Amino acid sequence: MRYTLTHLKELEAEAIYVIREVFAQFENPAILFSGGKDSIVLTHLAKKAFWPSKIPFPLVHIDTGHNFPETIAFRDQLVENLGVRLLVGSVQKSIDDGAVREETGKNASRNALQTVTLLDTIEEFQIDAAMGGARRDEEKARAKERFFSHRDDFGQWDPKNQRPELWNLFNGKKNMGEHFRVFPISNWTEMDVWQYILLENIDIPSLYIAHEREVIFRNNTWLPVSEFITIEEHEKVETRMIRFRTLGDITITGGIDSDADTLEKIVQEVASARQTERGNRADDKRGETAMEDRKKQGYF
Amino acid sequence: MSDNSYLDMQLLRFTTAGSVDDGKSTLIGRLLYDSKSIFEDQLESVETSSKKRGVDHVDLALLTDGLKDEREQGITIDVAYRYFATPKRKFIIADTPGHIQYTRNMVTGASTANLALILMDARHGVVEQTCRHSFIASLLQIPHLVICVNKMDLVDYSEEQFNKIVKDYKEFASKLNVSDIRFVPISALNGDNVVNRSENMTWYNGETLLHTLETIHIDSDQDHVNARFPVQTVIRPKSDQYHDYRGYAGRVAGGIYKPGDEVVVLPSGFGSKIKSIDTMGTQIKEAFSPMSVTITLEDDIDISRGDMIVRPNNQPTVTQDLDVMLCWLNNSPAQARAKYILRHTTNESRCMIKEVLYKVNINTLHRIEDDKEIGMNDIVRVKIRSTKPLFVDEYNDNRNTGSIILVDESTNETVAAGMIRL
Repeated sequence: MRYTLTHLKELEAEAIYVIREVFAQFENPAILFSGGKDSIVLTHLAKKAFWPSKIPFPLVHIDTGHNFPETIAFRDQLVENLGVRLLVGSVQKSIDDGAVREETGKNASRNALQTVTLLDTIEEFQIDAAMGGARRDEEKARAKERFFSHRDDFGQWDPKNQRPELWNLFNGKKNMGEHFRVFPISNWTEMDVWQYILLENIDIPSLYIAHEREVIFRNNTWLPVSEFITIEEHEKVETRMIRFRTLGDITITGGIDSDADTLEKIVQEVASARQTERGNRADDKRGETAMEDRKKQGYF
Repeated sequence: MSDNSYLDMQLLRFTTAGSVDDGKSTLIGRLLYDSKSIFEDQLESVETSSKKRGVDHVDLALLTDGLKDEREQGITIDVAYRYFATPKRKFIIADTPGHIQYTRNMVTGASTANLALILMDARHGVVEQTCRHSFIASLLQIPHLVICVNKMDLVDYSEEQFNKIVKDYKEFASKLNVSDIRFVPISALNGDNVVNRSENMTWYNGETLLHTLETIHIDSDQDHVNARFPVQTVIRPKSDQYHDYRGYAGRVAGGIYKPGDEVVVLPSGFGSKIKSIDTMGTQIKEAFSPMSVTITLEDDIDISRGDMIVRPNNQPTVTQDLDVMLCWLNNSPAQARAKYILRHTTNESRCMIKEVLYKVNINTLHRIEDDKEIGMNDIVRVKIRSTKPLFVDEYNDNRNTGSIILVDESTNETVAAGMIRL
């Protein structure tokens, strides 16, 4: 008997430990659920952490209104299977209430507006620890994140003044009105996530699997045709075999040409990929420190 | 990568120490690049950013220095984590800045590392910074040290120079408590002995750096002797199917647990037997560090977070008085007789620093006995009194049950990290 874990089992053990710490140290935690693979894996880990109890906190979805219908159907089914509560924060409502103003123009997106809705939702439900599926390998600003990441009473992140995190001793102490973002799968890479989905046979939305879809070529990516985007005259609608590597709002999530129609093929495709997964995300391309700027405001 | 090789990969966490001048970014860049862990769009964006800054080579530091202030000032502020994998192992690099707040950042990076990679410049050999980094690695009990003697190309790949540096380092390291030290002569810039064997140093018969990282034996890095299970939370579903289920959730901090084992629960001292060890839906035959599991016992005893399940014949020390090597991590100095929140495993108490024994000069390892002020980046030996008993081991025996952090009650900040001595 070798007393050693594989890398996936060690990452799993670390994430489950962090999730249990959140439950033990906070009064009102929640999982930020986007419908993407990372938050699906996070939810799966939470299920494992508390089995045979149900997940003892709600899932929170920040709904931009610009969704893939598949994401919403998947979300509702998952919530039903798990028997957990779903809380929805609606960007449309924030717009209607006048809390935010909708962007206009060709590349208009509700991505940045989510921050306001997210912070309002955290306040409304008095969530003191919002767990997310963000990973350090995703983006350079995220490489500097803690597992337990403190947010002041405006929801802001101060990256230069973070609490040191040593061993597995996590400090969730805070004042009233402040909250934490917690990232249990900080140390996972895109590859780890896919290998784990394959290993554990986790159900994921069909959008990740290669399928035929009407798309236009814009900003170097295949953007899905939906009622939320304006197609210009010179842009040609094509039907192509594509899949998505990340899932966000339908207006900013580009697909890649792919014939990976099984999890095994996706793992192979990821192994040979030469572009990062967020390379197809328009939200990260608004300047060199787009992610850090949004994160400081309180973005995911 | 063959189809199932990922089911047999291990995880190795290492920390890198050295300054930019030692070629640390170049080395990390090369490991990432040669293992195909840098993507085209990342490289393109680094190229664009390098040009914007008027640098004519591709500045690989921009890959890790992600924050705006870091990029503008050309410095690394905080520990950055980087990831790469080969078919044999997945690696997590905690890349710590060499200059600013080095102690705080290096201690943080070192706390979870299996291995420390220490860079030195072949032209300069063992310098003050080498000693400092090695001392912190030894203090934090990183099990393996790999000393990379870099820039061998600038000393004509001289075997003599390499041997001299190895000899100097060994002399210094005899004062440290590290069991496994290896030396690799490299040129990060040209790639000699990093991933591929150097043709310029045929006199070197050892392994390349990557091969060392891939094969170094890490199975024994965890404590598999002293059974320690700090309870994180109690799982009570109270559902129809699991009406009487009462499971103790936690991460094994040491030793091996099996169903049927006799156990004792601290602090109550009640004994029982392990009924089952559960992970979702499956009962497992044994649990060891660092697994996260749920343990059920034969008897109903009152157990809550912070309690520890151990073996009757191998128990930790139960004490309120701790002898600790403390690293101060906060800008505000320690206040005399101030109270702090102490976190140890899943346990929490309040404590007071009763006495400062001495401060360590981390460059010379000398004890300073006449300066007892504790400030940022200081390493001090102190006596701490906790308001309640803790179940502790010597840090050198078990990093999980031998470590503590102190939290300031007024700011909630983590102000210190400590290693327990018995």
